[in-house]
Amino acid sequence: MAAQAAKKTGGSRSGKEGGAAKAAKANTEDYLRMYRQMVKIRAFEDQANQLYLSAKMPGLTHMYSGQEAVAVGICEALTDEDRITSTHRGHGHCVAKGAEFRQMFCELLGREEGYCRGKGGSMHIADQAHGNLGANAIVGGSMGIATGAALSAKLQGSDFVTVCFFGDGATAQGLWYEVMNMAALWKLPVIYACENNGYSEYTRTDEIAAGSLTARAEAFGIEAHRVDGQEVLAVNELAQRLVERARHGEGPFFVELDTYRYHGHHVGDINRDYYRSKDEEAEWKERRDPIVNFGKWLEAEGILSADDLVAIGDEIRAEAEAAVAYALNASYPEAGEVDMHVFAGVDHALPYIDGYAKGAGA
Amino acid sequence: MTREITLSKAVNEAIAEEMRRDPSVFLIGEDVAEAGTPFKVLSGLVDEFGPERVIDTPISEPGFVGMAVGAAMTGTRPIVDLMFGDFLYLVMDQLCNQAAKQHYMSGGKLSVPMVLRTNLGATRRSAAQHSQSLHALVAHIPGLKVAMPSSAYEAKGLMKTAIRDDNPVVIFEDKLMYQDKAPVPEEEYLIPFGAANVLREGRDITLVATSSMVQVAAKAAEALSAEGISAEVIDPRTLVPFDEATVVESVRKTSRAIVIDEGHRNFGVTGEIASRISEKAFYHLDYPVQRLGAMDVPVPFSPALEDLTVPTPEAVAKAARRAVRGEVADAA
Repeated sequence: MAAQAAKKTGGSRSGKEGGAAKAAKANTEDYLRMYRQMVKIRAFEDQANQLYLSAKMPGLTHMYSGQEAVAVGICEALTDEDRITSTHRGHGHCVAKGAEFRQMFCELLGREEGYCRGKGGSMHIADQAHGNLGANAIVGGSMGIATGAALSAKLQGSDFVTVCFFGDGATAQGLWYEVMNMAALWKLPVIYACENNGYSEYTRTDEIAAGSLTARAEAFGIEAHRVDGQEVLAVNELAQRLVERARHGEGPFFVELDTYRYHGHHVGDINRDYYRSKDEEAEWKERRDPIVNFGKWLEAEGILSADDLVAIGDEIRAEAEAAVAYALNASYPEAGEVDMHVFAGVDHALPYIDGYAKGAGA
Repeated sequence: MTREITLSKAVNEAIAEEMRRDPSVFLIGEDVAEAGTPFKVLSGLVDEFGPERVIDTPISEPGFVGMAVGAAMTGTRPIVDLMFGDFLYLVMDQLCNQAAKQHYMSGGKLSVPMVLRTNLGATRRSAAQHSQSLHALVAHIPGLKVAMPSSAYEAKGLMKTAIRDDNPVVIFEDKLMYQDKAPVPEEEYLIPFGAANVLREGRDITLVATSSMVQVAAKAAEALSAEGISAEVIDPRTLVPFDEATVVESVRKTSRAIVIDEGHRNFGVTGEIASRISEKAFYHLDYPVQRLGAMDVPVPFSPALEDLTVPTPEAVAKAARRAVRGEVADAA
């Protein structure tokens, strides 16, 4: 499996790339990191699913399993200063952008040591230190935030790039068309990354989407690409080029990444026969799994042995299990924290809103 | 030195001063640059600060409000111009699900130092979709601060405080007051949030009024004064935070209260403030707390009908007389 060239689907600026584009990551260290990051995401999700099935996790969560090559291929092209916005299916983006298992599991379990002190949970994990502006529980809800982060970078004269992750379901939201228009008008350094896993919650997207997604972006004069989202090197190669160009003012870009969600819409969506077949699921898992296929390629290239692959899997699984064990024993936030962090500069919101405590500067 | 300037000019000065003070402040919205908004509030700012900091957008309210949220989360301080308060409905997800909750959902890691300035007020003959006073909608949402200036002086001081606040602040200007003048110092000043202004002291009744209704209450108090009724007039200035202590203290003194606000009466600001008075000053009350709000109908176009929907000084004075005389309140 060689890095597959992304299908170019046009765009007015398509002729200008090349010189500025950095070559795809082409050394062993990068390959190994990408492999490990994908295995980490899968291991995280396997543990999260078990937490749900064993009733140890409050609420629901949405599994990223199957889509690992998208988050890793793109985030490996970014620096810690570059920003992403994520989705309800966001654990993969969070891991790929550099987050730690322990704080992530603490967040999923509502513990004080979680990334958001347990106040966000699975659907709102944010990891500002690594440029993750947060998952978002409104489908398409972060499209404005991502585009605004790109506007901010431009106003501040910085060269940070923002990647806006969203699913095919989110392309039905009007907000996307509003912000694409402005991003194109103002040449903002934002990349709209649509992970097309084929399903808008419990409905096949091709039943509810007219025309092609790339054509929608192209209507705004945005250069659009479509790439196999199961091939991490193809994703990374494209992301490297587009991030570099966006850094130099050639954005925005749109990328449609064909991928597949192994689980249902969320962990509780077990019986899926009414919207997709088991054969279809088996086909993707058995023939197009991004981790298995990349592992085979690493083996074929002589970078890793079969034993190495097993060892990496075991090591990361053990790491995830240890993080879960830690999180299950971690403390919940104190009750007094319930009205903290409502307002910046205000310790406790309840006395503040009634006028009995002053906030900072107000 | 104090001079008289319009509310419009006061807002313009506040924004210009803060943009000079802090290069991270910028303006974004529809027709904010050369047009200076339909009310001309922002006229001239693009000349001083350029189109990079005074950004004209397409007519895409959710889009530019969402972008302001993202910009605020990443090191800048946007002032969003929402042309009419009625357009709040278009931006509710970005304002209430995104801006209001980022700080909390991230456990305090992310913040949204953003001002959304918009307007309220009927009797401009603009009918049901350009005349609403929707501040109660946003005051209901934890994480948003809400300021309600009632004069040029208030508008300037509250706007400067809003711009320096590290949270999303929604500031409602009364669109009928843009040309009203008031004394405004030339020297810099800020008005803190959560500190009510007692415009007029009185013994017999407390009139709590917001924004456009402050002048209505003040006129009523003047008329009542000629009849020997001494009314205290309080402008809370901000709904979130709300200076409950000043209001409660006043009612404990006067024993009577009327709350006047241009939002719809049903499930709105008047009910909230009246309830706080009832909770905290119950044993001091000599009369049920009265409420005057916009009539609970869509704002009609016809002047003959529209004028019936908004509280007037006469209506406030009438309610005050009945309260002071202890007349039985209307059942309906």
